[in-house]
Amino acid sequence: MSNVPSELKVASSHEWARLEEDGTVTVGITDHAQEALGDVVFVELPETGDTIAAGVEAGVVESVKAASDIYAPVGGEVIAVNEQLEDEPETVNSDPYNDGWFYKLQPSDITELDALLSPDDYQAKCAEEE
Amino acid sequence: MTLLTTPLDGLHRELGAKMVPFAGYDMPVQYPMGIIKEHLQTRESAGLFDVSHMGQVLIEGQGAAAMLESLVPVDIESLGIDRQTYALLTNESGGVLDDLIITRWGEDQFFLVVNAACKAQDISHLQEHLTGQVMTVLPDQALLALQGPAAREVMKTLCPEAAQLVFLQGCHSTINGVEVYVTCSGYTGEDGYEISVPGAHADALARSILSFEQVEPIGLGARDSLRLEVGLCLYGHELSTTIDPVQAGLLWSISKARRADGERPGGFPGADIIFNHIENKPALRRVGLSVEGKRPVRDGQLVFNGDGEQVGQICSAGYGASIGRPIAMAYIKRELGEPGTALFVDVRGKQLPVTVTRMPFTPQRYYRG
Repeated sequence: MSNVPSELKVASSHEWARLEEDGTVTVGITDHAQEALGDVVFVELPETGDTIAAGVEAGVVESVKAASDIYAPVGGEVIAVNEQLEDEPETVNSDPYNDGWFYKLQPSDITELDALLSPDDYQAKCAEEE
Repeated sequence: MTLLTTPLDGLHRELGAKMVPFAGYDMPVQYPMGIIKEHLQTRESAGLFDVSHMGQVLIEGQGAAAMLESLVPVDIESLGIDRQTYALLTNESGGVLDDLIITRWGEDQFFLVVNAACKAQDISHLQEHLTGQVMTVLPDQALLALQGPAAREVMKTLCPEAAQLVFLQGCHSTINGVEVYVTCSGYTGEDGYEISVPGAHADALARSILSFEQVEPIGLGARDSLRLEVGLCLYGHELSTTIDPVQAGLLWSISKARRADGERPGGFPGADIIFNHIENKPALRRVGLSVEGKRPVRDGQLVFNGDGEQVGQICSAGYGASIGRPIAMAYIKRELGEPGTALFVDVRGKQLPVTVTRMPFTPQRYYRG
């Protein structure tokens, strides 16, 4: 498993959140999650303009093996979704932390990020579960 | 429960396989290549599958053919030496206990390969009914499947004799000095072989096969999507004790000689019920479903018509890597089984449009000489 980039915060349900310089938050799933799912063939994303709360269901990732719900690591308004995933869902496998991002939020409460795990704590938790 | 392992367990781990429990065995579901690439590898070149979890059984004794005919609706009497046939073990209600491959090794000697999940039950079923026959279960025998368009080329080097085989033919031979039984068969829809080899030699043989640049190791995940794409049934999905062969679209597996108007009609469990279904068409039939778009459907999801009435249920679903979209098989009401019929699958509350499609989704490419 490759290391989680140090600037990310991670939910225990395997979604990462990155606070961008403009105050928005980009969301995706971790390398550990894509590895466990196997080949991703479909991603259902929220719609731009949706308002979602931290911890609620915000989409579905479908791999060749199974469907998994994805949850919002922080709450806010969806301001962009990664449309590339519609035609190339495999990007989630090949580049989970960059081109494989899911959606961007305008966070409603930035302090929600503090409730998430640090990359080290997340990796320790994954190692423990294995 | 402790999982059983095959003689290739160490090799799977060395190759970085993701292991999962399957029918009581710890088996590789995929290797680092991933299911989609492994699927394509098998269609485009060749793949090596460990299918040692399947049961291998030898039945010997005078009148073995007639005895087997009392359990399967297949013309075993006229099966040639070193020829094999697909067969269904039927039950009294016309359902299916298991599907298996029967190979005739001698006049009174038959080699059976049965599903891992049904192995114990099949063995007791055979023991109970094959009176006067000697039945030997071969637990120390491994089974490797080499499948794909490059398989024959590889076999030319490994075992020239086996490279001559046509679909559903076998031979006793040796590979690297080890006695094996090779058949031209498999469950991917491709030309290829299954090699029965003593467990102690399986690892060396697998490594030897993998040393060919055309071959990659393939896990159970791709094995499932490959068989689904060519419309082959999997026990526990398309076949069960409550689904009869006619419903399953396997009428071809009931030999002419064993049908109501054949030379040796009936005489297998559930014959009357099955004959009745041949005559009067069962209410359900197995069909292929093409899914519009990329969202996959899953086993067990319900199928509806345009009026929202439930008309069937998915029995197998997966990603058809060679055609690049999700596919499925379903049991639906007979009258809706015509290719092109538009239906819907309920995917967690969403109605996903699907179309009844002629199977196989991709052509079977067996070598028939």
